[in-house]
Amino acid sequence: MSNVFTFSIGRKLIMSLMGLFLCAFLLVHLGINLLLIFCDTTEPFNIAANFMASNVVIKVFEIGLFGGILLHIIYAVILTIKNWFARTVGYKVGNNQQTSFFSKYMVHTASIIGIFLILHLMDFYVKAKFLGGATSVTYEDGKTFHDLGALVIARFHIGWVVMVYIVALLGLGFHLIHGFQSAFQTIGLNHPVYTPIIKGLGLFYSVVVAAGFMAIPIVVYFFK
Amino acid sequence: MDLTLKIWRQENAAAKGRFETYKVTNISPDCSFLEMLDILNQQMIENQITLPVCFDNDCREGICGMCGLYINGRPHGPDKGVTTCQLHMRKFKNGDTIVIEPWRARPFPVIKDLVVDRSAFDKIIEAGGYISVSTGGVPDANSIPVPKKKADVAMDAAACIGCGACVASCKNASAMLFVSAKVSHFANLPQGKVEAKERVKNMVAKMDELGFGNCTNTGACEAECPKEISISHIARMNREFFAAKIL
Repeated sequence: MSNVFTFSIGRKLIMSLMGLFLCAFLLVHLGINLLLIFCDTTEPFNIAANFMASNVVIKVFEIGLFGGILLHIIYAVILTIKNWFARTVGYKVGNNQQTSFFSKYMVHTASIIGIFLILHLMDFYVKAKFLGGATSVTYEDGKTFHDLGALVIARFHIGWVVMVYIVALLGLGFHLIHGFQSAFQTIGLNHPVYTPIIKGLGLFYSVVVAAGFMAIPIVVYFFK
Repeated sequence: MDLTLKIWRQENAAAKGRFETYKVTNISPDCSFLEMLDILNQQMIENQITLPVCFDNDCREGICGMCGLYINGRPHGPDKGVTTCQLHMRKFKNGDTIVIEPWRARPFPVIKDLVVDRSAFDKIIEAGGYISVSTGGVPDANSIPVPKKKADVAMDAAACIGCGACVASCKNASAMLFVSAKVSHFANLPQGKVEAKERVKNMVAKMDELGFGNCTNTGACEAECPKEISISHIARMNREFFAAKIL
């Protein structure tokens, strides 16, 4: 077991497990963010966001999350470099039609997501946590929270920020369409009945996540 | 049919190759692709233009796995589920330009023109693609119970002829479809099952060592495989590998 992750398939396993873990995280992230556009005030969002920032269990998950992202990236880089070395002389006529569109551009969509992730963390996570970018707000019950909602709404009133988010989230959606079902195949779960269901579920999940996250900057920009 | 051929020419493994353009005329649509190349070579020999084009071939009935040309961006050409020798010129149109390249992968170096060295596959087989336990003589029919489902899966996997189209078509030059076909073939049968763990570990280790790429589940291999071997075998190989390594 000790050296399983030095093998191609072991490395792929890490990538797929971390990928699925990140998929689960996205759902939680999306659920909390949607509070911003479905509630009249930013209060429910602020309470949820502050809970996520202060709860001990969530803090452990937070470390796991950053570890997961890092592992996913590190193993992706290792595997991709090995893949490039596996074909040093390319074809004159490339094979372009026989695979799904999304599976061919995983490195490209990953790069978009990677760059976006840095911007996104600087925008909210770093600003609120380390730079004191969030003002305080006190609700009726006397409890005081960081006003993350106001931070988000202010940010999403800038046109170019909204555009960057839309492009990046399209990249995320494309990445997920292949990534979600691909993870199951790598783990070894391929079945004549369940694999088509997983693929359908993956498409549904990708559309929901990408469209759900995209709705937030758009709705905030136009209506909040 | 009159055709323009752009063919990769390379004198030897060390030489720098280049594409050369040739014209062939009066090709019958019923000609196989390799017969068309035979006609081209015949012309070259008779007219003493240049040395004939080297390409691998043997049985010319789609079972030996020797032939394999990358034709217009697809291994074994535009037809589905056939090898290059089973491809017919009726799949092309009069006046077409056809680009013919060798398999491209670092573990498959070009030896000459369109011929590549596929002994990397032999090395993977040597690492575990066999049964070494004594299975005795030919058993009576049905004396070893094998469920129909498993027998079918094993048979589908055993259809692999080791041509290397999976590696050629994969954007990562991964050999996982080939290796998984061998792993899956044996792992589904009682005679192969006893050594399944050692087999998958050794074959995967050899595959990695030889410098093949890593599968990204694009499915290009199963789309191009002349024996239409499914990537479900790759999932089975992964399961076998995890069971052998982790459990």
